[in-house]
Amino acid sequence: MSNQKEEIRIGYYVCHCGHNIAGVIDVKSVAEYCAKLPNVVVAREYKYMCSDPGQELIQKDIKELNLNRVVVASCSPLLHESTFRGATSKAGLNQFYMQMVNIRENASWVHESKEEATEKAKDLSRAAIHRVAFNKALEKKKVPVNPTALVVGGGIAGIAAAMSLANAGKKVYLVEKDPTIGGYMAKFDKTFPTLDCAACILTPKMSSVLKHPNITLLSYSEVSEVEGYVGNYKIKVTRKPRYVKEELCVGCYDCITACTFKEGKFPDEFNFGLSKRKPVYIPFPQATPLVAVIDEKTCIHFKTGKCPQTCAKACERNAIDFTQKPEVVELNVGVVILTTGFQPFDAKKASNYGYGKYPNVFTSLEVERLVNASGPTEGHVVLRDGVTHPKSIGIIHCVGSRDEKTNKWCSRVCCMYSLKLAHLLKEHSGAEIYNFYIDMRTPGKGYEEFYDKLLNEGVQFIRGRVAEVNDWATTPEEKGKLLIRAEDTMIGMVRRIPVDMVVLAVGLEPGKDAQEIRKMFNISCSNEGFFLERHPKLAPVDTFTEGVFIAGACQGPKDIPDSVAQAGAAAAQALALIDTGHVELEPNTAFITEERCCGCQVCVAMCPYTAISFDPVKKASSINEALCKGCGTCVAACGSNAITQNLFTDVEIMSEIDGILIN
Amino acid sequence: MKYLYFPGCSLKSSGRSYEESLLSVLKKMNVGVEEIDDWNCCGATNYMAMNERNAIGITARNLALAEKQGKEDIMAPCAACYMGLLKTQKYIETEPKVKETVLTNLKKSGLEFENTSKVRHPLDIFINDISLDTIKDNVYAPLKGVKVACYYGCQLTRPYATFDDQRDPQSMENIVKALGGTPVEWPIKTRCCSGSMTSTVSEIGLRMSYLILKEAKDRGADVMITACPLCQFNLECFQGKMSGKYGENVKMPVMYFTQLMGMAFGLDKKELGLHRMLSPELSLS
Amino acid sequence: MTMKSTQNNLPLQEISHESDLDKNFGKHIAKMAHGEKLFGCIQCGNCSASCPMSVYMDHTPRKIIAMIRAGFRDEVLSSKTIWLCASCYNCTVECPKGIKITEIMYALKRDAILTKNYPKGFPIPILSRTFYNEVKRSGRINETSLLMKYYFSYNIFKSLGYAALAIKLFFTGRLILFEKGIKNKAGLKQMLSSSKN
Repeated sequence: MSNQKEEIRIGYYVCHCGHNIAGVIDVKSVAEYCAKLPNVVVAREYKYMCSDPGQELIQKDIKELNLNRVVVASCSPLLHESTFRGATSKAGLNQFYMQMVNIRENASWVHESKEEATEKAKDLSRAAIHRVAFNKALEKKKVPVNPTALVVGGGIAGIAAAMSLANAGKKVYLVEKDPTIGGYMAKFDKTFPTLDCAACILTPKMSSVLKHPNITLLSYSEVSEVEGYVGNYKIKVTRKPRYVKEELCVGCYDCITACTFKEGKFPDEFNFGLSKRKPVYIPFPQATPLVAVIDEKTCIHFKTGKCPQTCAKACERNAIDFTQKPEVVELNVGVVILTTGFQPFDAKKASNYGYGKYPNVFTSLEVERLVNASGPTEGHVVLRDGVTHPKSIGIIHCVGSRDEKTNKWCSRVCCMYSLKLAHLLKEHSGAEIYNFYIDMRTPGKGYEEFYDKLLNEGVQFIRGRVAEVNDWATTPEEKGKLLIRAEDTMIGMVRRIPVDMVVLAVGLEPGKDAQEIRKMFNISCSNEGFFLERHPKLAPVDTFTEGVFIAGACQGPKDIPDSVAQAGAAAAQALALIDTGHVELEPNTAFITEERCCGCQVCVAMCPYTAISFDPVKKASSINEALCKGCGTCVAACGSNAITQNLFTDVEIMSEIDGILIN
Repeated sequence: MKYLYFPGCSLKSSGRSYEESLLSVLKKMNVGVEEIDDWNCCGATNYMAMNERNAIGITARNLALAEKQGKEDIMAPCAACYMGLLKTQKYIETEPKVKETVLTNLKKSGLEFENTSKVRHPLDIFINDISLDTIKDNVYAPLKGVKVACYYGCQLTRPYATFDDQRDPQSMENIVKALGGTPVEWPIKTRCCSGSMTSTVSEIGLRMSYLILKEAKDRGADVMITACPLCQFNLECFQGKMSGKYGENVKMPVMYFTQLMGMAFGLDKKELGLHRMLSPELSLS
Repeated sequence: MTMKSTQNNLPLQEISHESDLDKNFGKHIAKMAHGEKLFGCIQCGNCSASCPMSVYMDHTPRKIIAMIRAGFRDEVLSSKTIWLCASCYNCTVECPKGIKITEIMYALKRDAILTKNYPKGFPIPILSRTFYNEVKRSGRINETSLLMKYYFSYNIFKSLGYAALAIKLFFTGRLILFEKGIKNKAGLKQMLSSSKN
């Protein structure tokens, strides 16, 4: 079966992983069993193979017993493959002569029967011992890293990450899908727990981004294609037409004043529809860039072609251009930071709370605008009719969150922002405020103190999840009110509380384009749809794709301080990669044996990374090693058996299967 | 179109007019109905409270009898029967132990059971099989200006039914619109009427039914329609008692939705069991 | 168990001792109700708030779940709450943790009957028992016979309040005095006898 000349000498090591493995698997009997297998020179068990003494054990054996293959049966290769490869190579052996067996996730953690788990550990180990004999010595390739970064998403996380990188002297492209950067934070009134004004602390950052010589801001743009690999990404960004030339517009509002619509007519996105805008608009006075945008869905020119185009005539700088088309920009970057944020839970889905049915049920985001001095009501808290001041307000926590029917997770920020809104609503309206919460979650610096403050301000707190909001009045006092029904679980009685206004503290969920972005950048999502970090504790801003980092609420619900901190961490990780100057690539790529290739080009079409091209002269395909991600698709697809993949050659796989089957 | 009909106990006694009106309306629309032979009690609420395994068992007997009789869908007009049949199917589908016991017991009385029938409520059948257009086509006297409070009660939409929204069902409203009437928007159409509590803890039971009638009246409804014999009985038969007890007149016509359909179709009062009603009569001008 | 009264009706014992609790009660009820989810209850009270009967109950449904988990067996089984559950399933469809609260209430009713812990003299268990026996006897429910037997067991005088209604129902043909029941009573009986709860 093999043509090896050297004598194979295998060292086998089974790890206890404390109680994790040894608590279920009889590691001693596994080691004894493996010691008797062909080619095995030594078989040992040790409490923690990943510890320094554990690694030294391997190194010592390699040197003293002349081992030329190593098998480690422990946890997932994801966790410690690099550890044991490192140990192997330190002892002078090629690191790919080390084969790992996962008997933790694949055996001890998932089986109840100790006997069966032990048998399985033996089977898996035997397979690896069979295979490792055929492992080849391989070398990792070094490629240079392009020192430019791409940051996707211009909310507070993206702004913070871009600024850190730019201040470190790196060139940064910041891509934002909306006409302005600033994200949700730009829409908030005050921030908890300090109650400093969101705009006051954010807008200076926004203008720094615009002015920074190292940052190129691509607003109203979206990433449309991603190619390449760590250190060398080729990104296509589609710039949506604003129909206003960005380089000419100075944000003077003349076009908006001159628009053929005398008044705003369409729901204003920035105010969550609480005010109206014209088809040509600037999202808000501190928009960055301060450039007008024409919305083709509402502009008469685009709908009928029969518009007097008063906006264009009013513009002294001739900035309006109805002929603009989407434009694709190509960027070469070495690292990517995704800060694409979240979307608020759609309150209509919690139909028991009557959002969309009863006008005076508001979402928390709408209320952020209502209490904002520069909002649609200049900070006056009024009902949907625009004039009535509410005398009583109920704030319902956990809307859409902690619920199996909608979002299972705690959205983490709602308790605190509900407390903040309670304070602001009370301050602005003097109304009686009720907070309905399930558990009050205030884990942050100064957060519990903020809760204390609210308790002392006379805001009412009722511990109970609201079952229903409706207009069912059963007494004369309840007429015309919204009725909130909840159990006051501290008292053990059900209460019906009539209020004028209901505020729904909507939770945070993955953005609607999260899946698309995930696919483009080849990263993973956790069950709920947020981007998955490489390790929940030890690599919180890395992803499973090298060179792609995540920060902010795209990774999970997060408040402003945490988003900014994570953005800093992501920027630091990106900088570390850039400043190393090069990356080592896994040698798990595929290659084509030209003589065997029949030129059918099936592989070319199958490759998800466009790494394969066809040479018409040689009449054979070839694989660009730098682009190949080692997914194995072409290997399986090739009818002529012409493609081989390093680390997964036929003989390696077949011998592993043999090892499982031959007992 | 044909259905296997599971009437349930109430439709043969206090809820007779539900059966009469349902069958008349279906006949008018050329829909065939065949009663399941020798059906028994559905094992509703009070039975389930005593013995779950038997409740599932006797309901499965009904399903088995239906299977023996034909492949058509089962039509169960009583909300409690409907829910009980769906629940039994679900349990047999998801609980292997329950399934085993039920099959063994059925075999003892000579019945095979595959759990293949589909259980349907007439509302589901009217909307999804017969269609609102066909209903419209049969209207003889449109319910012009008639304000209708559609009352669903609990077990019709919860927890197993899938033909309508659980919180804000619209089937009856859509039928009312097809009949030319105006449904009333009100927030408690799926709130429980108290079931059999009107005869056990009547001080609670009556109050719950009273609140429902009062709200419908406050919202300006001329008539309330129901799709469950127990809801209908509670809301119809104690109106005098409630009005006296709570000092507010809540007397209003409470009828089965099929009776209202029959009226709009121009069917004879007797065919619709309207002569059996104790609540005020709905006059169509 | 928790509240023993002295002659002055003052609570003698306010603290319930762990040794008084039935620690297996939660598991037992979870098994009867076909699901372990009750252990995932976060005590949010959505069940109580969505329940139309909760205002009449001695303990709210949320509290019942907490008491089951903690092992307050006797208090739970003898409570009126479980009998006041009208099985409207609102709590079940609204529970954010997917707990089938209605099924738990059914399980508690059955356990209370089996262990004879139900509140004595409370009308609802009496109706349930009468209902069960009627089905056993004839396979169907005859409302007249059911209610007559129920009032005999509960309180015959209570039936007088319904006499006028009964007469009206009789004259509109809605009160059926005799009902033959199903044909194959033997088959049904055979089925029932072989399945104990």
